[in-house]
Amino acid sequence: MKDLIERALDAATHGGATYADVRVQKRDTEQLTVKNGALEAATSSVTAGFGVRVLVDGAWGFSSSSLLEPGEADRIAAEALEIARASSIARRAPVELDDTAPATDTYRTPHDEDPFGVALDEKLRILMEADARMAAVPGVAIREGTITGGRERKTFASSAGAWIEQEIVEAGGGIEATAVNDSEMQQRSYPNSFGGQVVAGGFEAVRALALAEHAQETAELAVALLDAPQCPSGEMDLVLDATQVALQVHESCGHPTELDRVFGTEASFAGTSFLTTDKLNTLRYGSEIVSIDADATAAGGLGTFGYDDEGVPAQNVPLIERGLLVGYLTSRETAPRIGRRSMGSARAYSWSHIPLIRMTNINLRPGDAGSLDDLIADTREGIFMSVNKSWSIDDRRLNFQFGDQAGWLIRNGKRTQLVKNPTYTGITPRFWGSCDAICGPDEWTLWGLPNCGKGEPVQTGHVGHGAAPARFRGVSVGVGRW
Amino acid sequence: MVTGTAEILELLDRAIDHSEADQTEALVLARDSALTRFATNQIHQNVREHDADLQVRVIVGERVGVAATNRLDEPGVREVVQRATAIAERSAPNPRVAVLPEPDGHEHDPDLGYVPATAEAGAQVRAEGARAVIAAGEAAGLQTSGSFSTSTMTIAVVNSHGIRTHHRSTRAALLTVMMDGFESGAASGYAQAGATDVRDLNAGALGAEAAAKGDRMRGAGELEPGEYEVILEEYAVAGLMEYLSYIGFSGLAHEEGRSFMELGRRVMGQNVAIWDDGADPSGLPAPIDFEGVVRQRVDLVRDGIANAVVHDAATGARAGTGSTGHGLPAPNLIGPMALNLFVAPGDTPREDLVAGVERGVWVTRFHYINPVHPKKAILTGMTKDGTFLIEHGQLTRPLLNFRFTQSVPEAFSDVRAASRETKLLPGEFFGAARTPALHLGSFNFTGVTAAEGPG
Repeated sequence: MKDLIERALDAATHGGATYADVRVQKRDTEQLTVKNGALEAATSSVTAGFGVRVLVDGAWGFSSSSLLEPGEADRIAAEALEIARASSIARRAPVELDDTAPATDTYRTPHDEDPFGVALDEKLRILMEADARMAAVPGVAIREGTITGGRERKTFASSAGAWIEQEIVEAGGGIEATAVNDSEMQQRSYPNSFGGQVVAGGFEAVRALALAEHAQETAELAVALLDAPQCPSGEMDLVLDATQVALQVHESCGHPTELDRVFGTEASFAGTSFLTTDKLNTLRYGSEIVSIDADATAAGGLGTFGYDDEGVPAQNVPLIERGLLVGYLTSRETAPRIGRRSMGSARAYSWSHIPLIRMTNINLRPGDAGSLDDLIADTREGIFMSVNKSWSIDDRRLNFQFGDQAGWLIRNGKRTQLVKNPTYTGITPRFWGSCDAICGPDEWTLWGLPNCGKGEPVQTGHVGHGAAPARFRGVSVGVGRW
Repeated sequence: MVTGTAEILELLDRAIDHSEADQTEALVLARDSALTRFATNQIHQNVREHDADLQVRVIVGERVGVAATNRLDEPGVREVVQRATAIAERSAPNPRVAVLPEPDGHEHDPDLGYVPATAEAGAQVRAEGARAVIAAGEAAGLQTSGSFSTSTMTIAVVNSHGIRTHHRSTRAALLTVMMDGFESGAASGYAQAGATDVRDLNAGALGAEAAAKGDRMRGAGELEPGEYEVILEEYAVAGLMEYLSYIGFSGLAHEEGRSFMELGRRVMGQNVAIWDDGADPSGLPAPIDFEGVVRQRVDLVRDGIANAVVHDAATGARAGTGSTGHGLPAPNLIGPMALNLFVAPGDTPREDLVAGVERGVWVTRFHYINPVHPKKAILTGMTKDGTFLIEHGQLTRPLLNFRFTQSVPEAFSDVRAASRETKLLPGEFFGAARTPALHLGSFNFTGVTAAEGPG
């Protein structure tokens, strides 16, 4: 592999590149899904290859191949150079990179139990036990449980002298119950929807989920939702659980602070951002209790690593400080445009993709509102919503609408009537400006989100969000005609 | 790197030979794809990928294992078969999914939709296209972004029941968004096109369409959310179709009671017909599925009646219909999918559609669509890149973008007119659709992005 990397870098620089980097990457993934008491899917995938990124006359070119042979390094480097020269047909300002020092280092995700070392029988036992407990609840139509594992080994090297080897290990799992009647389909997931919880870490994280222990209540709630009344419409105080706060942070803070979006380079697909650079250090994004960090060093996060895919070390930087916009997610190309050095959030999904600005772990700092029970007890009238099932936000990340799996009306500080199909909508800074309570550190969880889409060709990012339950005043809920 | 069809089939044969399982399927997906992106009037990303995956599904008794690799030398082929077999041997029996399709005698053109000019198009072709689009945007004083992609895809499937088939196709896609800034109410326009032949994409015309739209969007103002008659351009219709396919047209969703498609019942207006046809050359053809079954035309909605859903081998066996040729790569948790959609055109010239609207909203496209309630096919999303008020049959002023929350079958129950012309549009995430523009009697806009300030 060393030969291949050195040959690609040599070919690129001798061919005219003022800068070049090479990433060799191998990703192993395993997924096991049990559905209605049977093993529905058991897969093991391996993909490996390398990508060469070059700068020629200030324009980028990139090519990639799954053929890991030294001769292919020459061909792919030449193709990247040709592509870069074509880019200059429509180039205005040359790309300039920041002065991040090239590093030589290694990093490995800390973990106790290798997810690939756990026998399939053991994973199956965990899922089957949870499935059996869901099956014991009358009225459940579909039961599903999933365990996933991932391992990515990559070497990054640049013409500036960087050489970084990393191994990222991921593990996760979750269960879901679905109940159906003539007019409704209702689902309940544990501990989160869309696959559950995924972390950077070992299989110990899957064991800690205790899927079977939560199976019965998960199934019972799915069935109960079928006959629950429809979520009322109107303005009310809204309490969100930590999973929904995490997604709210993702969509309305994580994406709009991506500096490539701010500069318009994602305009044709993902969109732009309302957080334009004139608002840095001046825009009141949220209330005084809202502080949000981008922390690639947080233990266990899907956005945790040693170095990003431009060789920038992992960092923890504030984005929102006491409600004020103070930072962005940046890359080596974008950071100098606001007078900064990259904070290390350029990440590529695989060897065949270029690094884009992606979230790391975008974490809402915990507050002082105590437990979820304390927060509900402190709410005279409102609604509590839990676990996402629908999300949509406009291209500038202002106008959002979320739907959750379950809602409960709050009356006189107590969680009362269960309601189905709860939704809420709002405008980002107004919504975060209405945040008046965030639960404490004991309620704070670093959630993994392994399905963040961005870029063309689309890349699926693995990112994290630390969040605790929070309350928002006067929110529009129960959207639409039912 | 395997590239030739004969080489790929030989590789698949070897995979089958290496397997000692009761049933074995080997699938290769080979792609050579390139994409040039531009933004703020210049090319900023320009990439190419050469890759091929071999996926092996083995069935031992009623136990299934699937493994994939992109290492395609002899050790790689042997290893992936062993890995799939090891999974199957250790897994639990499941007769529900332990099904491989049998040859059914249907034939297809293995080169349908393959155009050498697209396969051979280089970075220069894409860069020239980007430059033409950018020039149109600059002439209108707009910031231009977009992407121009070309790709070749080969799919080949061999299984131990005797299926041995392949298909290769090319695809070219060009889209652009043109804006005059990123503030609330900033003007923006859009255009998109897809084709099997890159020479069919007229970058200059596409740029002119988006520029005209963007220019007309300057000075957008607010309109109270509510229910309005709408004209949905083809882009907007195709966006809704993509999600309707995802949540409703699948045999698995139907089997599990998750779909709005109650077969035999009226779900849309009598003048609505929607079908899937992977062999229609006016679409982006994909005549075989990922199980090697020849795709059949499936009339999903006929005369407004839910007529049929699509199947793969497993759902087709359970439904008693057999596969319709809509399987995805195994193991497939989301079920079969209709990827080549067509919506029936009407007889109204496109330019005359607006004349039939006394007061309503013109929607160019939707952004960030997502299901709110799959069984009722209630979707939400935003309008984008060209939303206008219609008064007395004319576009009168540009509007700030709306959020909609709307059941699609309900909206399609009152289709007042469909354009005679149709557009072929690649999906945002998968597949393609050829659709007309539609005049609908009512569409529910539930919010508007009017201001961003706190309070």
